[in-house]
Formats: sequence, C-alpha cells, structure tokens
Amino acid sequence: MKKLMLGNEAVARGMYEAGCRVVSSYPGTPSTEITEYAATYDEIFCEWAPNEKVAAEVACGASMAGARSMCGMKHVGLNVAADPVYTASYTGVNAGMLLVVADDPGMHSSQNEQDSRHHAMASKTMMLEPSDSAECLAFTKLAYALSERFDTPVMLRLTTRIAHSRSIVETGDRADDGLKDYIKNPGKNVMLPAMARERHVFVEQRMRDIAAWAETAEINRVEDHGGKIGVITAGDCYCYAREALGDRVSYLKLGCVYPLPEKLIRDFASRYDTVYVIEELDDVIETFCRKIGVSVHGKDVFPLCGEFSQAIVREKILGEQLPSRQTDLDIPGRPPALCAGCPHRSLFYALKKLGVMVSGDIGCYTLGATAPLSMMDTCVCMGASVSMLHGHNKARPGSHQKSVAVIGDSTFIHSGITGLIDIAYNQGNSTVIVLDNSITGMTGHQQNPTTGYTIKGDPTSAVNLEALAHACGIRRVKVVDPYHVDETIAAIREELEHDEPSLVISRRPCVLLKKVKHNPPYHIDPEKCIGCKMCMKQGCPAISFKDKKSKIDFTQCVGCGVCIQLCKFGAIQASEEEKA
Amino acid sequence: MTYNIMIVGVGGQGTLLASRILGQALLDEGYDVKVSEVHGMSQRGGSVVTYVKYGDKVYSPTVEKGEADLILAFEQLEAARWLPYLKPEGKVIVNTQQMDPMPVITGAAEYPDHVIESIERTGAQVIAADALSLAVEAGSPKAVNVVLIGLMARRMQLDKQVWINALRATVPEKFLEMNLKAFELGYSRA
Repeated sequence: MKKLMLGNEAVARGMYEAGCRVVSSYPGTPSTEITEYAATYDEIFCEWAPNEKVAAEVACGASMAGARSMCGMKHVGLNVAADPVYTASYTGVNAGMLLVVADDPGMHSSQNEQDSRHHAMASKTMMLEPSDSAECLAFTKLAYALSERFDTPVMLRLTTRIAHSRSIVETGDRADDGLKDYIKNPGKNVMLPAMARERHVFVEQRMRDIAAWAETAEINRVEDHGGKIGVITAGDCYCYAREALGDRVSYLKLGCVYPLPEKLIRDFASRYDTVYVIEELDDVIETFCRKIGVSVHGKDVFPLCGEFSQAIVREKILGEQLPSRQTDLDIPGRPPALCAGCPHRSLFYALKKLGVMVSGDIGCYTLGATAPLSMMDTCVCMGASVSMLHGHNKARPGSHQKSVAVIGDSTFIHSGITGLIDIAYNQGNSTVIVLDNSITGMTGHQQNPTTGYTIKGDPTSAVNLEALAHACGIRRVKVVDPYHVDETIAAIREELEHDEPSLVISRRPCVLLKKVKHNPPYHIDPEKCIGCKMCMKQGCPAISFKDKKSKIDFTQCVGCGVCIQLCKFGAIQASEEEKA
Repeated sequence: MTYNIMIVGVGGQGTLLASRILGQALLDEGYDVKVSEVHGMSQRGGSVVTYVKYGDKVYSPTVEKGEADLILAFEQLEAARWLPYLKPEGKVIVNTQQMDPMPVITGAAEYPDHVIESIERTGAQVIAADALSLAVEAGSPKAVNVVLIGLMARRMQLDKQVWINALRATVPEKFLEMNLKAFELGYSRA
C-alpha cells in the first residue's frame, strides 16, 4: 500500500516489518516520532526511558536476550548514550540492535550542530543514512539484517529534513522469526579487560569485513550520466544535489556513511575531471577521500555551518542564483515564544522580580531567555542547570541567595537528579526549581516517569518529586502554583534566604494539554486602561498595544489570569460568561 | 518539473494540518509528493513554514528563494517575510489577520502598515481574504487553516472532490462537518 509517511514514521514501519520487539528511547527533536509511531504497533514493547543511556542499555539487553531492538534519540542524546554504545560495539548483538540518531543541521530545535558520524567512527559502529522515507523504511530493515550478519549494533543517521519530511512509501508485511535463543556467553558479553582485549581484535576485523561489503553494497550506488563532474554525497544532500544539478553530473550516492568504500570511491573519482563531496556539517567523507589520496573539492567550496539546500549547491557549483523579490518593508523578526497561558512565563516573571541569576536547562522554558523576560543566564545541556548552579555557588560564596536553577520535570528525571544529589551530598545550599508541567513539552507532549502514564497511555507508577528530593537529602521542599505570582515570589524568596539547599516545585500543567480546560478569553476595558504596559512586561503573545491601549487577542488568550494580577487599574476583566 | 507550495504562518495556527491535507490530496491524484514540516522549538509562536512539492519526481523536500509557485500565508507579515521565495510569476494567497510578533509586543519594533499593498507593489499576484472571519462563521477560529485550503483549492488544477476526500482522510470525525463548511466558505469566496 502506498502512503505518504514522515521519515520517522517510515523508520518505525521498517522496525515493525523487520520484527522488532523492544524499543526504548528518550524524546528529542527531530527523532521523537520514531518511537511514538513504533508505540502504535501492538507487537512492539515500547517505552520512554528516563534518558538515552538507560534507553540504549535496554535495547542492548533486549538484543542480547534475543529480540530485535531499537533505541532512538537526537544527536546530543547519543552523547548521553555513548557509554553503553561504545562497549556494545565490542559485545556485538544476539538479535539485531538498531540505534537511530537524528542530527539537526541548522539547529531548528537544538543547542549544537554536532555531526553524529564522528560517533560511528569513534565507536566503530557501522552507520547508514537514508535520503527519503522509502529509504528510511528499506534501510531500517536492512540494518537489522546487517546487525546480525556482522555482529554489531547498527546506527541509522537521519537529519531534520529526512526525519520531518513526508514522502511516498510502499509498506509490506511483518516478518518475525521469533526470539533467538539466549545463551550465556561471558567471553562475548562480560567486558572484563581480558575479554574486551579479544573483542577489540574482533571489532577491527569486523570493520574491515563491513568495508569490503560496502564496496559492492546496493545502497552505495553510482548514477553515471557522463559529463566532467562527479559528486559524492549521501542523505539529504543527495536530494539537494539531484534537484540543483539533475543529469548534468554523475553521482556516487552513499547509503552506508561508515565505513566508507575505498575502491568504489577511487574508481568513481578517477572517471571525472572534477569531483565534489557534498556533505552537511563536517568533512567526514572528504577527509576519507584525502586519506586515500583522492583529490576532491569539499569544504573549500561548501560551508561547515548550517543546513544545505539546492540553492547552495546551485550557487557553489553552477554559480547560479534564481531571481527573487522583496517588499520595501522593515519586517520585524518572529522568534519562538512561550505560549499564551504558559505556566513557565509567570514563573520567569517572578524570577525577574527577584532579580536572581538563573542557571537554565533544555526545554520550552529555555525560551525564558528571550525578551522581554530575559531571565536565563546559562543553558548548556540536559540536567546542567542543577550541577552548574552548584558549581557557580561553590565558586562564589554567598551567591546562593541570588541564584536559582530551573529545570523541567522530564529533564530533571533525565539527569537533574544526580546534580541534586551532588548539592545535598557536598553541602551545597542552592535553590533548584523544577518546572513541573506534567508532560515533556518541547518535543510535543510525551509521557515521562513523573506523569503516571506510559507511552501507550497506560496508567503506571509516578515518581513523587517531593519524596525523591527528601530521599536525596534535601530537607526543604516546597510546591507553588506559578499562576499565583505574589505567592510564588514569596516562596522562592524564603528558600533563597535559607542557608540550606531547597527544591521548589512550580506545578501547573502545560496549557496545550487536552485535559487542561481553558477559561474564556479575558478582555481589556479601554476606559480603565491607562496604557502603562504593565500587563505586557511578562511578554504574553496574546496582549498587544494599539492606539495607546492594551488589547487581548481572543484567538490566543486562554484566560490564565496572570495579567489581571499585574494590572493596577482593574482594566483586565473576565468575559461575561466567566463571571456568570 | 515540480510545483512548489509554501505554507507560512505563526506556530500554533494549524499550518501542519493544512500541509497534510494538501499532501494527501496530491498523493490521491498520483503525483510524487514531498511535504517538509518543522517541529520542536520553532512551533512555539515563531514564524513557521512547511513546504509541499509535487510532480513526476521530487528530490529536495524544501523550497528555496525564487522557487515557490504559490505561497499560502496565514498572516500578513509572514507573507511579506517569505516573499523572496516566490517565483517571478508566482501567486500569494494571504489571510488578512495580523499577529504581533514578540519584538512588536516588547516595543523593540513596529508592525508595518499596508503590508498587502507593499507585496502587490513588487508585482506579485495577491489574493487577500479575511479567513479568520470565515472560520468563525464556520464554527471555530481554529478552522482558519481549512478556509485557506479552500481558497487555494479553487486556484489549483485538482478536482474539488479530491480535496473533500483528503479532508475526510485527515480531519478527526467530530470536527469534520465544521471543517467541510470552512472549506466551502474558502472555496466559494471569489
């Protein structure tokens, strides 16, 4: 059956058809939907793990137990999972093990632009890279076969444009050969130094075997159109090159991006006067070409930073630009912003009133860094808010009374807990605020260990944050509702003044959750509004200013009531139906 | 050759659903189709764009400057922002709704006047409509996306029934009737 499928959905379909049985992942744009779609198949056990390290270990355990498994993550998630992945490369697999990692060139929703191919090389794990949804499905199925044939985990690398584009896919049936036998095998699965030394020798031979396979693999394909120019490319860059250059050049389209086929590349390159390597982010293929003595153009022509496009290929290789027009307007930017009614907004407003240094973290609330709130000092990686605050306060004695960490519920579970234990154990006195909005927000509403539901929507046990903090050694734990601005300010102030560590839980569900009932929109009485703009200080996108008065956009306002608390003139009112 | 459409607007306005309805309609007509979406942080009230491309064979999922045959804009300022992506002979369908971006809310910038006139002055063909009012008439301001799909459908080569079938395939059952009405209001508007 022909379907228009998201790349991520096609990966999940490929897993289903390949008989995958166990999936464990942590959400991260642009990888999240792989696991969400996998969860729609009854035949696959699927879970959101607390973080990528746990998820990769679950997949590794399932593979050793004899079930085909998958762990999905975004590029930075692979850093978290790197510890098990690098050694799972030594143990190899029993049933096939797939690691799907989605890179984000252009950083649509990420804190860095790292190239995951380096992880494939460093961990000595083979990596495939599809160019559209049909290849997402086909490569996923192939990856399981290769994983078992070569006794290795296999990485499938996606980029944002492949993961989040829909294209046509032909689906097939599921083939499930059942569980493989579980056989205790310490020499292969217990990585004591003596065993690991032998496995390392195996790994090096395995990579030579895979490289030999790659020389003639169907997914490494030559498209010979004659001409004087040859292009070596993979993934989304193949799409950009094909669209910009058409049949005017010849292509070596690599489906396996690690290890690379030396002879195939050498033979291809020898047939053309000029050879370009078109690859986003780092010069991985280009460096390999230079290593084997093949002369190519790459980063001397193309950028290291940002996403590629057919326009970039057209400009860099053909020197052509399409005609374009623009208005004579000065167009203001439209950066992303916290939603109308977002509970994070009023919490950041409270922090602004307190004038504290804010150690930030990864999630929707990172938008608290943007104007007009501008209430985030640092943001590095998942969980770093807590441990970096501890470092800040140890470096600058006395600063604990003027600093907080903010971290979301899911991010706290991911890797904030260990930082909190560090604070308690090493006699810190920092104030950590968990922004508990009952969901993993930024990635599009995933359940997590604090929500009480599994990925499939089944009720389950929920982490009790208050009890957890106590168990870590934090005696002062307080819960606030961020919609009550004055009470929130008072509660945080009290914790800052105490000379011991505290955990403040700012608890209010995400307004976009279906279970959250919205109030009718508020409106502003133009007679009472004096145009002081106090209500606009929190940066609510539903409030604008026209003709010297504030105005509420009824399509956006959810009636959270925070702005009412900021207006000193009683100009903001509930609608008639709300009063009734 | 491919035909390239851009759907632009503000995160939260329903551009993703619009692109899915369009993609489904084109698939049903037997075209090769690619729909490129943006998820994650950009969805939170920022400027968003989805690309829908179709033809005999589509390679790149994105549309670049000077390549769009049609821009469907959910908001005036977004139409102006993405105008450089329009082909010389391309068309712009624009919802006259205005939404202040954060720099305007904070007072760091102003929402420009006469946006649609400025777009027209570049020589672009512009079709402007108050899709929000039509959506409210259909039953919900959230149906803006389907009103705009209706406006666009009238100006494309596909049979009207293909669009209605695509709506049935993509919109949840309980909102179907309201969305069919929204589509009709957009489609029948001159």
